[in-house]
Amino acid sequence: MTLTLERPVDTGAPLVEVIDLKHVYGKGNGAGLTVLEGVNLTLRPNEIVGLLGRSGSGKSTLLRSIAGLITPTGGTVTVKDMPGDDTAKGVSMVFQSFALFPWLTVLKNVELGLEAQGVPAEVRRKRTLAAIDLIGLDGFENAYPKELSGGMRQRVGLARALVVQPSILLMDEPFSALDVLTAETLRTDLLDLWSEGRMPIRSILLVTHNIEEAVLMCDRILVFSSNPGRVIAEIKVDLPQPRKRLDPAFRSLVDDIYARMTAKPSGPAAREGNFPGTGLGMALTHVSTNTLAGMIESLAAPPNHGVSELATLARELQMEADELLPIAETLQLMRFAEIEGRAIRLTPAARRYDAADVDERKQLFAQHLLAYVPLAAHIKRVLDDRASHQAPATRFRDELEDFMSEPYAEETMDAIVSWGRYGEIFAYHEDDDRFSLDDPA
Amino acid sequence: MVFLNSDRFNPGLLARFARREFAPNRYDAIAFALIGALAVLVVHGAQQMGQPVAALHLSPVALDPRRLPEYALRSTLRMFAAIIVSLGFTFVVASLAAKSRKAGLVIVPMLDILQSIPILTFLAFTTAFFIGLFPRSELGAESAAIFGIFTSQAWNMAFSFYQSLRTLPADLEEVSTQFNLSPWQRFIKLELPFATPALVWNTMMSMSGSWFFVVASEALTVGNRSIALPGIGSWLALAIDQGDVRSVIWAVVAMGVVIVLYDQLLFRPIVAWADKFRFEMTASEQEPRSWFLELLQRTRLFPRIARPIAAVLAAVPRPPRLRSPVRAITNPVFIVWFDRLWIGAVVLGATWAAATIAIYVHSTLNLKDVGAALGLGFLTFVRVIVLIAAASLIWVPIGVWIGLRPAWSQRIQPVAQFLAAFPVNILFPFVVMGIVAGRLNPDVWLSPLIVLGTQWYILFNVVAGASVLPTDLKEAAGIFHLRAWQRWRDLILPGIFPYYVTGALTASGGSWNASIVAEFVSWKHTHLQAAGLGSYIAEAMAEGNFPKIALGSTVISLFVLAMNHTLWRPMYRYAEKNLRLN
Repeated sequence: MTLTLERPVDTGAPLVEVIDLKHVYGKGNGAGLTVLEGVNLTLRPNEIVGLLGRSGSGKSTLLRSIAGLITPTGGTVTVKDMPGDDTAKGVSMVFQSFALFPWLTVLKNVELGLEAQGVPAEVRRKRTLAAIDLIGLDGFENAYPKELSGGMRQRVGLARALVVQPSILLMDEPFSALDVLTAETLRTDLLDLWSEGRMPIRSILLVTHNIEEAVLMCDRILVFSSNPGRVIAEIKVDLPQPRKRLDPAFRSLVDDIYARMTAKPSGPAAREGNFPGTGLGMALTHVSTNTLAGMIESLAAPPNHGVSELATLARELQMEADELLPIAETLQLMRFAEIEGRAIRLTPAARRYDAADVDERKQLFAQHLLAYVPLAAHIKRVLDDRASHQAPATRFRDELEDFMSEPYAEETMDAIVSWGRYGEIFAYHEDDDRFSLDDPA
Repeated sequence: MVFLNSDRFNPGLLARFARREFAPNRYDAIAFALIGALAVLVVHGAQQMGQPVAALHLSPVALDPRRLPEYALRSTLRMFAAIIVSLGFTFVVASLAAKSRKAGLVIVPMLDILQSIPILTFLAFTTAFFIGLFPRSELGAESAAIFGIFTSQAWNMAFSFYQSLRTLPADLEEVSTQFNLSPWQRFIKLELPFATPALVWNTMMSMSGSWFFVVASEALTVGNRSIALPGIGSWLALAIDQGDVRSVIWAVVAMGVVIVLYDQLLFRPIVAWADKFRFEMTASEQEPRSWFLELLQRTRLFPRIARPIAAVLAAVPRPPRLRSPVRAITNPVFIVWFDRLWIGAVVLGATWAAATIAIYVHSTLNLKDVGAALGLGFLTFVRVIVLIAAASLIWVPIGVWIGLRPAWSQRIQPVAQFLAAFPVNILFPFVVMGIVAGRLNPDVWLSPLIVLGTQWYILFNVVAGASVLPTDLKEAAGIFHLRAWQRWRDLILPGIFPYYVTGALTASGGSWNASIVAEFVSWKHTHLQAAGLGSYIAEAMAEGNFPKIALGSTVISLFVLAMNHTLWRPMYRYAEKNLRLN
């Protein structure tokens, strides 16, 4: 494997250019789900660019468009080779799930791409062994993936991506399936290889939902909004490598990104997403009532005493942004909390909730649910009006689908069923898919 | 049906079966008509070609135990020839169905029907065809037998392969696309390995099922055509003709030996080897083992033989790759119209096919015959239902008892699978002797024969289900001192239900098939007959009355399909929805 020890001078010519990308899943007649809209991206040599966003923001779709795995509905994607006689060509990808072939050994897994290119067996073997060596997998050549730990598996994924000498390495949440310690080790190793120029690649595009990971690794971060995915911010990270998580500048940047991710989208109002829409058209996220209660309790308890920075809270609870934000936003929706910039603050109602016993909590929750979630009030009203006090769930599901696509309607229904059950506002019967006012139990 | 690997029950597979997007729809009807018409045409052609042939004078079978090993070998070879054809069929047809949506629209319902209808009835048609093709030569008879066995093996194998292709892990597909693997490399590296565990299991099931056919298809008389190929089946037919009990016993012993041998020398090793293709990232707790495989792997010769084969397979894959293949037409209007055109053609074909059957049957039969066939079908239906219920009452408690005791279930499981593979038609003569001796009513006493061979599916599926009941649930049941009935109602029955349905569905399909030989049995000069659709078809086969066979086959297939769609599928769906243990 010819390893270029020094990366060529940055000519500034872009490696990847994405212009006005749009992608719609599902039906082509406009009824589908728009995951990306108006996305522009330029990737230059010698940079690590992070795509940061919550689930559903289309960042993986963007990555797959660049990888050539999907054909976007609109816009253009251009992948250019390095100028001159640079050997690195094309793109290669590392997967969140590792995507290793369980029936092939480590060696065979890494060889896969070379074999597809028709590289002669001897050259293939040599390059494969070099890549395995580089990634720190020697000794594991004949192991099967199932014998390896998660960290080792992802190293195989990385070696497999590098062995074909791509100029661009695409990484789709490469560390999110790993435990904290393993992920940290792999990040550090990758950054070391990168800064020492020991990998054949010219630049890295990293998809993540972990804000700290993005700040730790990237030179540039694109923050995506959800539904549809748009680039809402581009942040240059000028901190010197190696970066320290406890460095105040690092912390401040993380806090800043948290604030940007919770900010209400400006521009044309998105129809779905962070509880967009009003009235019945409000798309809800299914957050368990236990999680909501736990969040209120931990915010109310010392050292927070009812208010905390989102980033601090996330660290305290060991949650990632896209786990924490839906909870915070649900609390905000029900007026149990207010999000102001980087901070979240409990309302007096939430403090009452925290102090109450089980039944009082349920009553309080029910009041807020009926007052602030129109769908809950709507279902209650329909059930009250009917003599039988029953209604099929499909009725409400159909109403929702006038406002939002099917997956969102499904999630909204799940949320309302679970919240309604907790608040004892109505009962839901799974067997025949209907709501009723009284729970026979 | 497609056999689910009951060793390790896979709820995902069950889900796919229950929720099939290709579940009963108009394509079923279309496929059904096409299959039937094909059969009719084949016979028609054969009747034109092969004029009356007297019994083929092949080397006559002799009831000499010294020749039995040779006969056993020839029967086995026939079966392996058929399995190879089946594998070829599987790879071609299933790949076509998975990769071309239009082909899939027709192939998938066809496979679905073919794997559930009693294929024994087609034996008459295929035999007639092949003998017609090669009159007076052994080749015709051999081809007929092999093709007959093939028809009993191929469908569930192809279906399982198709299902695997449709459920390839998305991330591995992406890797293959991203690295630009050639179609052959994709097949070798991704599709075949991923499909292997299910395919191996289905191949084993097909092998087991087809012994029954080997016995039935070697010595077959269809009207004035009869074949007797040297093999265990012909040996048995001759022994029954002559009333030679000792020879029947010899055949039973030989069959047992053959089944044990191929199980130990072929299937155990393949199952143990195929374990590495299971798509799981965790090592299985109980890896299947095979002493014979371990022996082979320790030899020096075997790996040396295997390596060049692997090298050749790996070397083939580089056909020149076109840089940019012809762009697929993506104009939606065009696609919609092309779809309509295609569906129109298919419907037209099916209508023509249905008409062909109707005209063929109508030329000699009238509505009264149809009514009679339906009535007899109902009798056999009652028989199947009652006996499956009876077998369930016996085997479910026993299976649960065994399944809850790991030491027992490990020993019983292979025995039950062996029994399921054993062609019970070999045992029929003993039953006939019993009925004759006891002057019993054949309408009643022949009935148990139809579940004799298929009841074991219920047993080994229930054992599998009971043995994977979650320990925590069993412990909870113990701590709260659940009473016996409560324990069954709330823990055991829901836990084994999905497995039971798999077993009962397989048993019921097999029983319909068995009815064709079980309702019409003979011993020396005694012919016993139980009123039913099975004996109707068997009698028509003996007379060579093709319209009657066609009618009987159609009716029996309709019964089986109706039962699958109204009884077993809903039960699967229920199990999938409400009784998942995860």
